Amino acid sequence: MSALPDVRVGNWEAVGLVAGREINTRLRSKAFIITTAATLVLLVGFTLVMKFLSGGSDATVGVSGGSVALEAPLKATASSIGQTIDTRQVDEAAGRAQVDSGDLDALLVGDGDKIVVIVKKEIDDKLRTALNALAGQLALNQEIRDLGGDPAEVSQQIAGAKAEVKPLEPPFDYNGQQLVIGMIAGILIYMSLLINGQSVAQGVVEEKSSRVVELLLATIRPWQLMLGKVVGIGTVGLVQMAVIGGGGIAAGLATGVLTISVSTAIGTAVWLVVWFLLGFFAYSLVFAALGALVSRQEDIGGVITPPLMFVILGYVLGISILPSDPGNKLVEVLSMVPLFAPTLMPMRLAMGGVPVWEAALAVVLVVALIPGLVWLSGRIYRNAVTRSGAKVKLRDALRAS
Amino acid sequence: MAERRLEIDGVSKRYGDVVALREMTFAVGAGELFGFVGSNGAGKTTTMRIALGVLAADAGVVRWAGEPITLETRRHIGYMPEERGLYPKMKVGEQLVYLARLHGLSTERARRSVEEWTERLGVAGRRDDEVQKLSLGNQQRVQLAAALVHDPTILVLDEPFSGLDPVAVDVMSGVLQDKAAEGVPVVFSSHQLDLVERLCHRVGIVRNGQMVACDTVESLRAGGTVHLVVDAPQAPKQWADGLAGVTVKEHVGTQTVLELGPAADDQAVLRAALATGPVTEFSRRRQSLTELFRNVVSEEVAA
Repeated sequence: MSALPDVRVGNWEAVGLVAGREINTRLRSKAFIITTAATLVLLVGFTLVMKFLSGGSDATVGVSGGSVALEAPLKATASSIGQTIDTRQVDEAAGRAQVDSGDLDALLVGDGDKIVVIVKKEIDDKLRTALNALAGQLALNQEIRDLGGDPAEVSQQIAGAKAEVKPLEPPFDYNGQQLVIGMIAGILIYMSLLINGQSVAQGVVEEKSSRVVELLLATIRPWQLMLGKVVGIGTVGLVQMAVIGGGGIAAGLATGVLTISVSTAIGTAVWLVVWFLLGFFAYSLVFAALGALVSRQEDIGGVITPPLMFVILGYVLGISILPSDPGNKLVEVLSMVPLFAPTLMPMRLAMGGVPVWEAALAVVLVVALIPGLVWLSGRIYRNAVTRSGAKVKLRDALRAS
Repeated sequence: MAERRLEIDGVSKRYGDVVALREMTFAVGAGELFGFVGSNGAGKTTTMRIALGVLAADAGVVRWAGEPITLETRRHIGYMPEERGLYPKMKVGEQLVYLARLHGLSTERARRSVEEWTERLGVAGRRDDEVQKLSLGNQQRVQLAAALVHDPTILVLDEPFSGLDPVAVDVMSGVLQDKAAEGVPVVFSSHQLDLVERLCHRVGIVRNGQMVACDTVESLRAGGTVHLVVDAPQAPKQWADGLAGVTVKEHVGTQTVLELGPAADDQAVLRAALATGPVTEFSRRRQSLTELFRNVVSEEVAA
């Protein structure tokens, strides 16, 4: 046989060739470029809208005449009840004109002892609360002064007096932004599993229905073809996830909408990638095996719906329960079950407050499941992929040699 | 180095209760064109798929140069599956390079080989088009290119001529003959028996998963009967009745087709024909592969 050229193709070289083809054709496909760009634009747009909505202060108030003295107390009172109020010193006539034109939300007039406010038609409820609080404060200060006390000292004392809370089990202080990021993480991973998982099944059926699988299997082993496909599509999904997730977080940090620390943001991104990889790998093996059972694209739905239901169920549970109840016990337990972990765990991790052992256990369980899935799906795939025509029964695919 | 011979030795395959192949045995030597014929469902495709390792045999071995065939040796086979298989949405050139690389060629060699074969098969201008945009005939040419780009040392082609226009048939025949001349064993199946007869050195006829006849067309004919075609325009219908060892097979217009038994004398037939008037044609007709094939199939029905 010495005259034959050397045509050895290593196991991993074969997997690499198959994966390379997937990456090459998919990264250049219009569908990929459009969905990635559209999602990125959507996410960046969402950040900008958030910035626009939350940007600046709650209200801009003009101060004129004697009420200029109220400028600092107004800001302090507002911030003590969680509002930001911008102030501007104007003379009364100009201020009235600005209120009328909408440049100012309100104008404080008068001598500074009493709160007199001019608005265009109605006063914003939040602003009214702030001004009422300020009025109360002014009255209190007046009383204190009348009694011979120092209002500054009293308010300092009041500020220092707080109920001391001693929880038996310290609750995690969920940050509103992280809840939003958790939801976005959930949506991203759900979409990614859905889209890329189905791509795997469609890719398998494409090869089967076009019969090219017969040419391929004459040169490489079924497991190399299946693994190459999963790795290739997984890489494409990862690139997409990195572009979208990275772009979103970068946009959030750059516009200042995201005020969480950079390390938290990176932690969230890393966990997202880890769970995408684990979830995608586990689910796509199943999708590849089930896809091999059918020979027509329109039959894919029927075979991959059952496992897909778990992806959808996990996502729906997470997105409907977690935002209002991040510490939910049911979700906490399910997020460690391998079937649901890929969708629920990254959401919980992004929201924060997941004990290390829970995060670790979820990873360990999925990782432990993967060798079994590789074996099982490899068997189904090998037995079913060359049998075209009618749908191959799962039982037959498992039993055949 | 052992002889470059592809041997199918006692290969059997069942699908549940259906026996697809029963002890299928034949060999194709270096430089030989082997035609594989049989009715639909006789087992030709199954045999080829087993040779390619796409299907596993229940029993028997496929050998190449005396050694059981392995995945590595299979990479030397150029294969054309019965139902054509290419990625419809992939560009012709990229697809062929990919397939060549799966057969173990370096990217560089794969590119060169793809250029060479697309030129030769007349699809060079379509290298940057998606396969699905090509006409069926051109898709077939690409399919053949896919079987040839890795410079195979064995060719196994399932129905390579089906769906080809006459020009493409000539191109395909030329390529197969060239390959055989290079010393490559070539096996192909076909229902176009005239083509098989013209091209192949040896023919194997398959019936019900078994090889029932396997030899050169010449030798297969040897056992058969001799046919005479006589055209005697003025002869009455019964002119040949009563001639010793002669059976009248059919009348076609003024022609009479006769089957001669072993003891029959063709000169006696000629004299009898001349006795009726002028004879415009008197010829021995060699049995065509189609007739041989029909005989084999009718034996099956009789059995």
